[in-house]
Amino acid sequence: MDWLTENWRDILVAFGVTIEMCLLAGLICLVVGFFLAALRVSPIPLGRAVGGFYVRTVRNTPLLIVMTLFAFGLPELDIRPEFHVAGWFGSDSNSDLLNFNVFFVFASSALGLYTAAFVCEAVRSGINSVPVGQAEAARSVGMTFTQTLRLVVLPQAFRVVVPPLASTLIAMTKNSSVAVGVGVTEAAFMMKKLTNDYSSQILAIFVGFAVGYMVLVALIATSANALERRLAVAR
Amino acid sequence: MSASTVLYDAPGPLTRRRHLLYSVLFGVVLAAAVVWVVLKLKDAGEFDQRVIDGLTRTNVWNAIGDGVVATLKVAGLAIVLSVAFGLLLAFGRMADRTWIRVPCRWLIEFFRAVPVLLMIIFLRALTGGHGLEIETRALIALVGGLTLYNGSVLAEVFRAGVQAVPRGQSEAAYAIGLRKGQVMRIVLMPQAIRYMLPAIISQCVVALKDTSLGFIVAYPELTSQGRQIALFLHNNLMVWVVIAAVYITLNNVVSEIATLLERRLSRGRGASKAIAEVEEVLPAG
Repeated sequence: MDWLTENWRDILVAFGVTIEMCLLAGLICLVVGFFLAALRVSPIPLGRAVGGFYVRTVRNTPLLIVMTLFAFGLPELDIRPEFHVAGWFGSDSNSDLLNFNVFFVFASSALGLYTAAFVCEAVRSGINSVPVGQAEAARSVGMTFTQTLRLVVLPQAFRVVVPPLASTLIAMTKNSSVAVGVGVTEAAFMMKKLTNDYSSQILAIFVGFAVGYMVLVALIATSANALERRLAVAR
Repeated sequence: MSASTVLYDAPGPLTRRRHLLYSVLFGVVLAAAVVWVVLKLKDAGEFDQRVIDGLTRTNVWNAIGDGVVATLKVAGLAIVLSVAFGLLLAFGRMADRTWIRVPCRWLIEFFRAVPVLLMIIFLRALTGGHGLEIETRALIALVGGLTLYNGSVLAEVFRAGVQAVPRGQSEAAYAIGLRKGQVMRIVLMPQAIRYMLPAIISQCVVALKDTSLGFIVAYPELTSQGRQIALFLHNNLMVWVVIAAVYITLNNVVSEIATLLERRLSRGRGASKAIAEVEEVLPAG
């Protein structure tokens, strides 16, 4: 077990980076995903077409390609966002947890924009699952498209959408491991490094990191269940 | 635009004009964004003759061709093995004996919950020290990891498919004296396959996409070839756009088959509902 006892600090930092990636990507995917879903049900034909095109294209592109395009391609256009939060406090900490380099920012954005396509589909099927009569009733009392969606359909759709949204976020958490391919020092990167350094303890390392990811997944699943119970209404 | 949606009324002349205005505004914003991107790319020299010449070279396209062949090879192997492994797990999961059923369930849950990349890295490390060539190790790791993950996903698909067959079918089969294996083989599976095919093909697209993880264990599939080409041409943007386009084309072909098949298969009574039920077990994303 010396892979764990000698490196637990680094492993925790690596999982911390994974969590940070998921927070940033989660925010992006929810905002963009809801916007895309609105486009896809909108009365504007061009909006529907653009939304559909985005979803179809992204679903057929491997995540690693999206990440590579962002992390290696965009710096060629002189786009290099990075945040060294440690510097803001005048500290010179080199911790990965406080320094967000180009690769971190781009890998997270790519993960978020990729997942947005799946969020869009989850939200759209949620909107479609609200009984037709609800929207009809809303319209017959004179509500506009925006009012119908905002006041009647979306509040009900949100309830239905929680479970598929949770499984999308879970898939996103698992997908964050792909970022090792563009050099982000997150959990999968640490696992790869440790399997090289401790070649006699490979199975233990694999199971250990698998459990780490399962904890993250369980966290999302538990919060989703709690949210679902809160939103549930007696019918 | 009559009954296609209930979110808004069939538009009258005034609304139609308003929607047209929105469309035009949205179109202008979109066109401006596209022009801005193109100009930005042009400024960065992404449309220079150097880049265009590089991307039209025969050896570049030979490399892409090699990558596509390797990608399809890995995807094909992984899909065939996944179906076999998935069937095995699904039968185990539906077994009468607890000591078979419970471990199979754990295996399925475990492999579905763990990122596929972790299995690939694990298998790649595990195959070290046996005197295997690097490329063989990478192939075993890649195909093995994809098989464990997709096999577990497919096991759930198979189970859901069998469960989607009306109960009367298996009850009738048992009533005429067929054994469990026969019921499965002669009665349930031939009917369930109709419900499962769309989900299986969706999962094929996922497997095809995931072959790009071969890059991380240095297997020379399309993504690794893309990296080589990017280094060779000193370009990291247009090369990846081209590689992405190749992946999108490949996957579009497979997705198109899935859509066609789904349309054909969902003709029967209650079939589209059963297909939707089976597709529910696919992981999102």
